Amino acid sequence: MYAQMVKSEATNEDPALLAAFQARIDAGEKIEPKDWMPEGYRQTLIRQIGQHAHSEVVGQLPEGNWITRAPTLERKAILLAKVQDEAGHGLYLYCAAETLGVSRDDLTEALLAGKMKYSSIFNYPTLNWADIGAVGWLVDGAAIVNQVALQRTSFGPYARAMVRICKEESFHARQGYHAIMQMAFGTPEQKAMAQDAVNRLWFPAMMMFGPSDKDSVHSAQSMAWKIKINTNDELRQKFVDQTVPQILYLGLDLPDPGLVWNEARGHYDFTEPDWSEFYDVLKGNGPCNADRMAARQKAWDDGAWFRDGLMAHARKAAARKMAAE
Amino acid sequence: MAPAMSDIMTPDAAELARVAPGHGKAAAESVSPERDLFVGLTRLGDNTLILGHRVSEWCGHSPILEEDIALANMALDLIGQTQLWLGLAGQVEGAGRDADALAFRRDAWDFRNLLLVERPNGDFGHTLMRQFLFDAWHQPMLAALQGSSDARIAEIAAKAAKEVAYHVERSADLVIRLGDGTEDSHQRMQAALEALWPYTGEMFLGDPTDARLAEAGVMPAPEGLRAPWEASVTAVLAEATLVRPASAFAHKGGKQGRHTEHMGHLLTSMQWLQRSYPGAKW
Ligand SMILES: [Fe+2]
Ligand SMILES: [Fe+2]
Repeated sequence: MYAQMVKSEATNEDPALLAAFQARIDAGEKIEPKDWMPEGYRQTLIRQIGQHAHSEVVGQLPEGNWITRAPTLERKAILLAKVQDEAGHGLYLYCAAETLGVSRDDLTEALLAGKMKYSSIFNYPTLNWADIGAVGWLVDGAAIVNQVALQRTSFGPYARAMVRICKEESFHARQGYHAIMQMAFGTPEQKAMAQDAVNRLWFPAMMMFGPSDKDSVHSAQSMAWKIKINTNDELRQKFVDQTVPQILYLGLDLPDPGLVWNEARGHYDFTEPDWSEFYDVLKGNGPCNADRMAARQKAWDDGAWFRDGLMAHARKAAARKMAAE
Repeated sequence: MAPAMSDIMTPDAAELARVAPGHGKAAAESVSPERDLFVGLTRLGDNTLILGHRVSEWCGHSPILEEDIALANMALDLIGQTQLWLGLAGQVEGAGRDADALAFRRDAWDFRNLLLVERPNGDFGHTLMRQFLFDAWHQPMLAALQGSSDARIAEIAAKAAKEVAYHVERSADLVIRLGDGTEDSHQRMQAALEALWPYTGEMFLGDPTDARLAEAGVMPAPEGLRAPWEASVTAVLAEATLVRPASAFAHKGGKQGRHTEHMGHLLTSMQWLQRSYPGAKW
C-alpha cells in the first residue's frame, strides 16, 4: 500500500499502562497526540504515516510526467486538479505525523537519505497517456481500498486525515476510469494503449498491498493497535474482486490468465505478483527509483535558497515589528 | 513546376518567381470586426494557455509542498480561463474550431501570446518574477475587460478577475519576501527581474487590431494598462528592495505570432498526442 512493510516497533513499557492503552483501543476510542502511548506505537505510526506522506509527494511525479502532454484542455485541468489533491494529501499526512513529534523536514531528509520509503508503485513509469487513466483507476483504486479501512484507525489525526483524503480519492478513481474508458472504446491505437497500460500496471498495483502478512508478528501488533485494520491478502482480494468486472466492461483482456471466478470461494482467483520483483523495487532497483529520488533531491536542493529566503524574511519582519513596539 | 537548384542560381530567378508566386504569409490578413475579435480573444487565451503550461512544468519539482499545491492551482485557473477565451474565439470564428482545436492544432505563428509567458521557467525566482510581472498586467486588463461592450467578454473577465486577484496577491507577496530575504534570494530575484524586464514592454504596445478593438469598446488599449502596472510594480519592487532596470528596450512580436525559439519546443510536447493521433477523442 502507500505504506508497505511497515515494521512495528517492539514495546517494553509498564504493563499496566500498556493494558489500559490496549483497553482504550479495544473500546474503539481514538488516541490523540497528547495521550499517553507506547513508544512502539508512536514509532510505528511515524514510519507508516511518513511513508504514506512521501508516497503522495513522490506520486506527483509519474502523473506530472503527462501534464504538459495531456491531450485536451479538459484532461489537463482534471489531471492538474488531481495532482494538486495528492500534494494536499501529502500535507495533511505530514501534519498528522508532526503531532507525533517529528518535523516534516526530518521526514524529508530521512526519505532523501534512503532511510524512509514510499510506495513501490511510484517506481513504475507512465509510458503512454492511458497510464494516466490506469493510475487513477488502478493505483488510486487500490489506495482507496486501503484508505477506506484506515478511516477506522486508532490514531485520531491519521483517521481524520483519511476521512478527508477518501472524499477526494473517489474523484481520482472515477476520472481515471473515465479516461481509460474513452480510450478502450476509441481508435485501435487508443485501445492498444489502454491494454498496454493495464498489462504493465496490474501486477504493480496488486503489489501495493504488500506480500502476504497473515503470519507476520509485526502485522499482528499493528492490528492489535488498530494501526492496520485488515491483512494485506484481504485488501488485495477486495481490490481484485472490485476491479476485474471493470476490466471486463472495458472489453480489455485480463492481464493475468489465472484470473477466474471461483464460485465456491465467492471471489476471483488470481496469480500472485512476482514478489522477487517487489523486493528488487524496494531495494532501489525498480525502473524509476533512481529518477524519482533524483527529482526529489533536486527539488530539495534547488529549493534551499527559496526556503532560506522566506525564513530570513520572516525573521526580519519579526525584528522590525519588535523594534516598532 | 519547381525550379531545379541550378535554375534559381541564374538571373532567371526573378522570372521564375513571377510565374510561381510564393505562398508565404506576407499578404495582409483581411480586416473585419469578427477577425479582430478572434485575434483579441486568442491573445488572451494564448497567454493563459502558455503560462499555464509553463507553470505546470513545476508540478512535483517545486521547493516546498505548499508551492506544488499553489502552482498546480494557478495552472488550473489559467487552463480554465483558456477554455473560456479560446472557446469563445472558436465560436466567434465560426469555422468549427473549438478551444482544443485552437490549443492543439495551430502552429507557432498562429499563437498570439506575449513573449514573456513563453520564457522558460529558469530557477524558481525566475518563475515567480515572470508570474508577478504578468499578474500585475493581467489584473488591470481583466478589470478593463469587465467593462467590455461584448457581454460574453465581460462575463469571462469577471470570473477570471476573482482568480487573478489571488494570483497577484500571492506572486507580489513572494517577490517581496524573497527580494528582502537573504543575500542569495535577493540576487536571484534581481537577476530574474533583469532577465525578464525586456519582455514586459510588449504588454503595452498596441497594434492596429488593438486600436480597432479599443475603438469599439471591446478590449482596452494596451497603452492604457501601463499606469496601473507601473504603480503596482513600483510599489512591490520597492518593498522587495529590488532595483527597477533602467532599460526601456522591449522585445516584441508574440502578439503577432513571431515567437522565441522556445515556443516550438513547448508546442511539440503540448500538441504531441493530438498531432500523432488525429481524429481520436480523449
Ligand atoms: Fe492521495
Ligand atoms: Fe489519489
